[in-house]
Amino acid sequence: MRKSVLPVLTVVAAIFVIWYAAAVWLNAAWAYDRAARAGVELSFSELVADTWSQDKPKLPAPHQVAVELWDTTVDKKITSKRSLVYHSWVTLSATLLGFALGTVLGIGLAIGIVYNRVMDMSVMPWVIASQTIPILAIAPMIIVVLNAVGISGLLPKAIISMYLSFFPVVVGMVKGLRSPGVMQLDQMKTWNASANQTFWKLRLPSSMPYLFTSMKVAMAASLVGAIVGELPTGAVAGLGARLLAGSYYGQTIQIWSALLMAAALAAVMVALIGAIQRVTLKRMGMAE
Amino acid sequence: MSLDRGDTGVTTETVISAKGLNLTFQTNDGPVHALRDVDLDIQKGDFVSFIGPSGCGKTTFLRCMADLETPTGGAITVNGVSPEEARRSRAYGYVFQAAGLYPWRTIGRNVSLPLEIMGYPKSDIAERVERVLELVDLAGFEKKFPWQLSGGMQQRASIARALAFDADILLMDEPFGALDEIVRDHLNEQLLQLWDRTNKTIAFVTHSIPEAVYLSTRIVVMSPRPGRITDVIESTLPRERPLDIRDTPEFLEIAHRVREGLRAGHAYDD
Repeated sequence: MRKSVLPVLTVVAAIFVIWYAAAVWLNAAWAYDRAARAGVELSFSELVADTWSQDKPKLPAPHQVAVELWDTTVDKKITSKRSLVYHSWVTLSATLLGFALGTVLGIGLAIGIVYNRVMDMSVMPWVIASQTIPILAIAPMIIVVLNAVGISGLLPKAIISMYLSFFPVVVGMVKGLRSPGVMQLDQMKTWNASANQTFWKLRLPSSMPYLFTSMKVAMAASLVGAIVGELPTGAVAGLGARLLAGSYYGQTIQIWSALLMAAALAAVMVALIGAIQRVTLKRMGMAE
Repeated sequence: MSLDRGDTGVTTETVISAKGLNLTFQTNDGPVHALRDVDLDIQKGDFVSFIGPSGCGKTTFLRCMADLETPTGGAITVNGVSPEEARRSRAYGYVFQAAGLYPWRTIGRNVSLPLEIMGYPKSDIAERVERVLELVDLAGFEKKFPWQLSGGMQQRASIARALAFDADILLMDEPFGALDEIVRDHLNEQLLQLWDRTNKTIAFVTHSIPEAVYLSTRIVVMSPRPGRITDVIESTLPRERPLDIRDTPEFLEIAHRVREGLRAGHAYDD
């Protein structure tokens, strides 16, 4: 653990250096422009100070994003429409619902594929085809169609989330449910075990490592789905709405803080699944 | 003395009977005769070993008895009924080459797995698990997980699992093949004691001549392409067999016959 601290810090430091340098480079044009109109010459230190503190920079400096994050999370009441915590929760709730739906759908399809020959032959190509359709194209359709039948709010976003997250679960669980070897299946046969017993006592426990791995991928995909689902809804609330509003009004600092919030959210959720995975597999004697 | 059941007037009961058994696998390279015209009767209480080089059909024959393979010709009965019926009535316990214990279950819960599947009552399961673990010398390891046990102990647990339900027949497919010689000797000795105490009928597939001679009342020598029986040797060794019986002239004589049988099978092939 301690050994990995130094390399990680080095990488983080390098990212900050590049980020600050890039902020100077990208925002310099605007700074020179303004200085020229005011009829003043900029020294290098004045240039740097200006590029790191513009209102609508092309690339905001890290500390500007940090300040914005602090203002919109700690300093705002979470009930406020300007609170990032509020917007994060809107997105997270859709993500979690979509993730749950996607996991259930994925496991269900995987069971069908493993146990039913017809499904094995027919479903997988459709599952793969579903992922080749750009989500940006299909998301507005889902919103519009569901809206037409009177469903709006959380569920349409969750369904877009589900659309992205069921895929890794299907693929992982098909592999997991098929992971018991010929010998273990023969053994079940010698005990005259029913298909049900083979599933609950052998196939399902064997698939656990695969399930957790695919759930991590599915969680990240769910978040992307929820954010994409917020873009065509007229941007009322959620991280997607913040991104959209930010780009309308050139609020780059707001965009970057929403981006970082989304990344942090994904990291926390994936880490949470990872923790459950470690505890569960350890208790099952299956930890790698 | 009741070493030779035929002489003492105890009626012999045929447990497994194969007549003109054939099994041909269709492969891309044409048909493969895994078994051709195999005839064999196994009596109750017999310890029969099957020995031969790879591809001689010894494991396939065992799998036919267990209904894991379906013969393409001839007839085979287990306990007087078809292998499928015998399997459905849980007439045999099958021990595979690998222990195949579930890592997420303790040794006790691994042994109880077939009992749960077969719907034994809970109180009965606990009692049986304790008894069979005792039988294979694993008392006190009930709460341990498979990875906490050595390879030999894991294989003993898998034998306990096959003994947990009251099958009269034990089918063993090279159960000690992956273990080192010292552990193997020990397990052979224990298996003989277990057979003596429980009076089960055992069919045992092996690669090892000393193992076959040491364990068996009958040794079936098989040879490949097509898989067939080339010799059946009745052992003259007493039922009581200490490990050093393997140095007696009688033992070496039988081992010699087995070796001759294996060589004859190969000569036929060349």
